[in-house]
Amino acid sequence: MQPTNTHNPDYFHRVVDCQWACPAHTNVPEYIRLIAQGRYAESYMLNRSSNVFPGVLGRTCDRPCEPACRRGRVDGKPVAICRLKRVAADLKGEIGHLLPKIPERKNGKRVACIGAGPASLTVANDLMPLGYQVTIFEKQDQPGGLMRSNIPSFRLPEQVLREEIDMILDMGVEVRFSTPITSLKELLGEGFDAIFVGSGAPRGKDLDIPGRVEAAANIHIGIDWLESIAFGHIDSIGERVLIIGVGNTAMDCCRSSRRLGGRDIKVMARRPRAFFKASPWELDDAEEEGVQILVNYAPKEFVVENGRLRGIRFEQLEWDEGARKSRVLEDVFLPADDVILAIGQENAFPWIERDLGIDFGKWDMPVVDEKTFQSTRPGIFFGGDAAFGPKNIIWAVEHGHQAAISIHNYCEGLAVSERPAAGMNLISQKMGISEWSYHNDYNPVPRQKMRHVELVQRFERLNIEVELGFTAEQTAHEVERCLNCDMETVFSAPRCIECDACVDICPVQCLTITRNGDELELRTRLSAPANNLDQPLFVSELLPQTGRIMAKDEDICVHCGLCAERCPTAAWDMQRFDLELPYAGATACVHA
Amino acid sequence: MPSIVKPAARHPSLQRNELGLTIRDYEGSMSTLCAGCGHDSITAALVRALWEVSMPPHMLAKMSGIGCSSKTPAYFVSGAHGFNSAHGRMPAITTGAAAANRAMTYVGISGDGDSLSIGIGHLCHAIRRNVKMLYLIENNGVYGLTKGQFSASADIGSKSKKGEPNRMQPIDPVLLGLSLGATFVARGFSGDKEQLVPIFKAALRHRGFALVDVISPCVTFNDHSGSTKSYLNTRKRGIRATEADFVMPQQEILTNIADEGVTSVAMHDGSILRFRVVPEGYDPSDRERVLSYLLEQQQAGHIVTGILFLDENVPDMHEANNTTQMPLTQVPYAKLCPGAAELARLQEAFQ
Repeated sequence: MQPTNTHNPDYFHRVVDCQWACPAHTNVPEYIRLIAQGRYAESYMLNRSSNVFPGVLGRTCDRPCEPACRRGRVDGKPVAICRLKRVAADLKGEIGHLLPKIPERKNGKRVACIGAGPASLTVANDLMPLGYQVTIFEKQDQPGGLMRSNIPSFRLPEQVLREEIDMILDMGVEVRFSTPITSLKELLGEGFDAIFVGSGAPRGKDLDIPGRVEAAANIHIGIDWLESIAFGHIDSIGERVLIIGVGNTAMDCCRSSRRLGGRDIKVMARRPRAFFKASPWELDDAEEEGVQILVNYAPKEFVVENGRLRGIRFEQLEWDEGARKSRVLEDVFLPADDVILAIGQENAFPWIERDLGIDFGKWDMPVVDEKTFQSTRPGIFFGGDAAFGPKNIIWAVEHGHQAAISIHNYCEGLAVSERPAAGMNLISQKMGISEWSYHNDYNPVPRQKMRHVELVQRFERLNIEVELGFTAEQTAHEVERCLNCDMETVFSAPRCIECDACVDICPVQCLTITRNGDELELRTRLSAPANNLDQPLFVSELLPQTGRIMAKDEDICVHCGLCAERCPTAAWDMQRFDLELPYAGATACVHA
Repeated sequence: MPSIVKPAARHPSLQRNELGLTIRDYEGSMSTLCAGCGHDSITAALVRALWEVSMPPHMLAKMSGIGCSSKTPAYFVSGAHGFNSAHGRMPAITTGAAAANRAMTYVGISGDGDSLSIGIGHLCHAIRRNVKMLYLIENNGVYGLTKGQFSASADIGSKSKKGEPNRMQPIDPVLLGLSLGATFVARGFSGDKEQLVPIFKAALRHRGFALVDVISPCVTFNDHSGSTKSYLNTRKRGIRATEADFVMPQQEILTNIADEGVTSVAMHDGSILRFRVVPEGYDPSDRERVLSYLLEQQQAGHIVTGILFLDENVPDMHEANNTTQMPLTQVPYAKLCPGAAELARLQEAFQ
């Protein structure tokens, strides 16, 4: 193998699994350490710099970081990263003085954002401090987009959402509420320097099977139904409810039904549990509330009697392994008073004229560049669900950041393809003999369980937040579970005397001094076989005394620092990796 | 260093030996030796060897005297027995322990100071008695615990950290052992576990006194450019005379070994053993020729490693004294100590 190039920030970034997996690359280990030190405001601001909505995401994020977390590979359960984020948000205190200053003198550039969801709000958040005048057009009379309309208030309290949106709007963003854009051509006429489309994926998929029209009064489209609840238009539902689909929207629908009068609620899934789209914890939370989840049922027809919905006839399926092919076992009728369809969302752009130079491609989706988020018409950008279809909040935020860079470039007359590079800082953490500036003790404490409001109490009102947050004790335990993966093991081959001290002391056998070889062959003859091919191998330059190499399997390194502690020549050092992400208007400085 | 505890986290693919133990079950407490000390590497090799031969921890006795080396029994197999004796007295104490309980496996850990100065007499007599034990000398050529004065194994011309050369003749424990009739003589290097682990495994199974001298650089006082026992010099001047691997006793496999290069032979468990030719005329069962080969190489400044001499036909202490098969610790007290009447009768017989 070639020696690993650790000068490219990607290598060490990839070692920080959570940060690498996060679309917005939030610096998780550092914010967890700040929580451990009680520095909640700083932890919150560090979060905010990349993910903009820590309070919202600390409750609702899809958590791509957690399945990636190294702790999960070490003791089976990842660090509760998401819920620690909430701790920082809940305890942050006053942070107004830490927010970016907005210049009074504007730069003369006006940007329009369509939709007041997370993507547009992020664009505004990034551009306002640079002197832009940002105008957001929102069809509802409240900001937030799907964060408000599709996430029930028992998961995300209104005041948390309100506070974080206000931080952005208070920068001086002009929002035109109750102003749906019906013609992009018309908006272009208003002379904005750039337009950002963050209108989401607002159309819920329908289910076109017999009886759909006749039973329409009791069949609801999931996201529309949730929106109607959020804006106070709906406050009840029948006792027997069938939810079709088993994604996260379905979970919000069934739990909302439970609060609006539903007693017998069934979520009907076409495929076996292993193929569910919903996050496992959302499934758990729904089942805790008495919702039944039934697998292998495909809806066949809505049964209508006397013009009223009676239930659904399903085909019960049997799937092959891998759930590719199915066989119908029998027809089953399940009675229902109401049906909610939560089988996906689609984009719809009836308001974009097709002669504006914006190309539309497959599925009638706009053609959007994956890096610059620019459409085929310069100056018009897309982000969030509007760009590539339904994803989630954290992706929308990252789209917003990238689009803001593009918009800034565009307005400055630079090519949008000129992306500022990410930089990194590596700082040695050695403070003295046996002293490191981070807590490197491995704490075997198990993952802390989130406490919930008692079942009887939580249904009293729609907006009682179910999750209580971590107690101080739980927080103190959970922060210690983080392995500090950003405390990187940095190796200097010329200093190594090959005494084996690091190899001998490593508790998880991730180090080996051996002769070089091909990666796949090398992986088989390390101190412990490196079977996780998703995790990189570090390979040093040739060692001075024998010409062998130092190999490190990053897979389950617990970053305890014992290799550096035992190294007599400081060939190993623990250095804190700080990824410097570029945002609009700031070019990242590159430190070696 | 001691302030940091080794994390309890383990590699998920950690294997288990015949006893169901992982290699981490053979660890001891955290070492308090200097970072990079060869002794720690030897400890790691010993841990691996003990794990690989599935040594039951409670059947192991770790014996030592005084010195950096003699601290190391604390750093492996926490579940074993042990005795930390007076300076240089480890061979004598072990002889006594082995006499009383022949069922145990004895690992004596000593250094060049403990074995070649104050304890050399005891060492010689343990060799003479062929006490069944692994006698490990962690040999760094200096007194590390007292700021790096030359020890009895320092080579002529080897320099101290201050730059003064040593002028006295070294005592080479390998030559000493050979001349005293030791039945298993080996030398290893702390920086070469590939060779060291099989040497330890063979030594643990030897039916007699197994002397293993291991060059173990003192990273604090004897790892500089003028030292003959530094990591760099040992690597530069080292010759692997014999390539050792240890195979558990099994049915004989007959094969022809090529005159040069490597010959691969499949073992009973499916593993492959690679035989390399030893230097021409080298015969590890011919004491005289091994001695003369080693003296030649010593003159040339080479450090010869490997299992250098082996003789499995010499009776060990118990056989030589025709003692009971049963460990004395298990012999019923009434039989072990028949009482005053029996003693009087015995004395009567000598009248």
